Amino acid sequence: MATEETAHAAAEAAHQAGMPQLNFATWPNQIFWLVVAMVVIWFVLAKIALPRIGGVLAERKGAIAKDLAAAEELKSKAKAAEGAYTAALDQARAEAAKIIAATKAEIQKELDAATAEADAKISAKAAEGESRIAEIRAGAEAAVAEVAKDTAGALVSALGGSADEAAIASAVSARVKG
Amino acid sequence: MAEEGGLQIHPMDQFQIHSLFGGDIGMFTPTNQTLWLGITVLAISALMLAASAGRSMIPGRVQSIGELFYGFIHDMVEEVAGHDGAKFFPYVMALFTFILFSNLLGLLPMSFSPTSHIAATATLAIMVFLTVTLVGIWRKGLGFLAMFWVSSAPLVLRPVLAAIEVISYFVRPLSHSIRLGGNIMAGHAMIKVFAGFAGVMGVASVLPIAAIAAIYGLELLVAVVQAYVFTILTCVYLRDAVGEAHH
Amino acid sequence: MEDVAQFALMGKYIGAGLATIGLGGAGIGVGNIAANFLAGALRNPSAAPAQTANFFVGVAFAEALGIFSFLIALLLLFAA
Repeated sequence: MATEETAHAAAEAAHQAGMPQLNFATWPNQIFWLVVAMVVIWFVLAKIALPRIGGVLAERKGAIAKDLAAAEELKSKAKAAEGAYTAALDQARAEAAKIIAATKAEIQKELDAATAEADAKISAKAAEGESRIAEIRAGAEAAVAEVAKDTAGALVSALGGSADEAAIASAVSARVKG
Repeated sequence: MAEEGGLQIHPMDQFQIHSLFGGDIGMFTPTNQTLWLGITVLAISALMLAASAGRSMIPGRVQSIGELFYGFIHDMVEEVAGHDGAKFFPYVMALFTFILFSNLLGLLPMSFSPTSHIAATATLAIMVFLTVTLVGIWRKGLGFLAMFWVSSAPLVLRPVLAAIEVISYFVRPLSHSIRLGGNIMAGHAMIKVFAGFAGVMGVASVLPIAAIAAIYGLELLVAVVQAYVFTILTCVYLRDAVGEAHH
Repeated sequence: MEDVAQFALMGKYIGAGLATIGLGGAGIGVGNIAANFLAGALRNPSAAPAQTANFFVGVAFAEALGIFSFLIALLLLFAA
């Protein structure tokens, strides 16, 4: 009996000094408060925090998918716009080429007309100049004959001869001609 | 005990549970463990509520942390327990955050870690065990017992394997709880032992103090890894209850 | 009487010390798992992330058996 009691007391003492984990007197208390804590955490998480976070994540996923779709759409729109732009550019280029060609032809026509007119004027002027030159030349030849006749008459008379005017004239004209 | 020598180390004293306001510990007495349970609950609630209060499209710092936790556990539940396990996600999340926060808060000096007590971890493990068993029987009926009958083994071996499977099934809550409680308790006790050395070694106590710093780093790792292991084992067990086949 | 109690105490401590040997087995097991996981992961790094969960589960199971011997040691020291 006594030994049993001392053993019991020793066990009690060992309990106090030993592992608090194995002090079963505190277990109901620990389990009770742990369950309370777990229920509170579960309530906070399951009823408040997690649905919110899940909602935000789902919303973000949706927003990203939507944005991606919108970006895809914008991309295709941009591509279409680029096509239209290229087509318009090509058309404008063709039109410009046409206008340039037409303008060039017109200018060429005007130029041709002006050239022709100028040519005509130039040839008319040249003809006039030529006729005047011929006239002057004829005038000059007559003057040469006159001077030669006069000079010959004067020379003959100065040499003491009397010159027959008709003979002088024929001699001079023969000389001038020949 | 060994109190006659000069070296007096009581590595287990830190786990002592005492009433906050004096008196005996009854069922509902607030103790130091109750205090730290409350701090854990408050910390988790503060983090998760702050993380989910903004609900902004572009997350801030706190919201990112909350979403990190959410994504981590959600992926784990989906991947390990299967798609049907997804409805246990809040439960698994509560387990993970509780164990993680309790482990980490327990590493603060002068604090108390509820997860270092077998009573607490055993409660958690038995909660998981009961959930798995009840959900398994509810969903599969007697088919749940097929898990113990390894149909891929030769017929002669099947009864032996069944006995082993049944034993290992019922040992699960034990290993589940002692792994967590034992790891946390051993780490804290080891730090305390080195702290006791540091108290009597004079100048040479830089050595145990350096050892404490190193062990502290290791314990941070252990705190996170044990929370992860407890959670992933919960998911593995849940797969038995809700999944299609025994792995 | 006193001698018997002392002998019992000695047996308890020796038993607790012997029980901790089991933890060495857990250490070998966990090291084996980690080494093989690392070897496999280095051989096929792309498959490694999907297997980390299995790795931790394996480590946990191997560790559990070591934890049992730790438990026996604690029970011998403090509860028996």
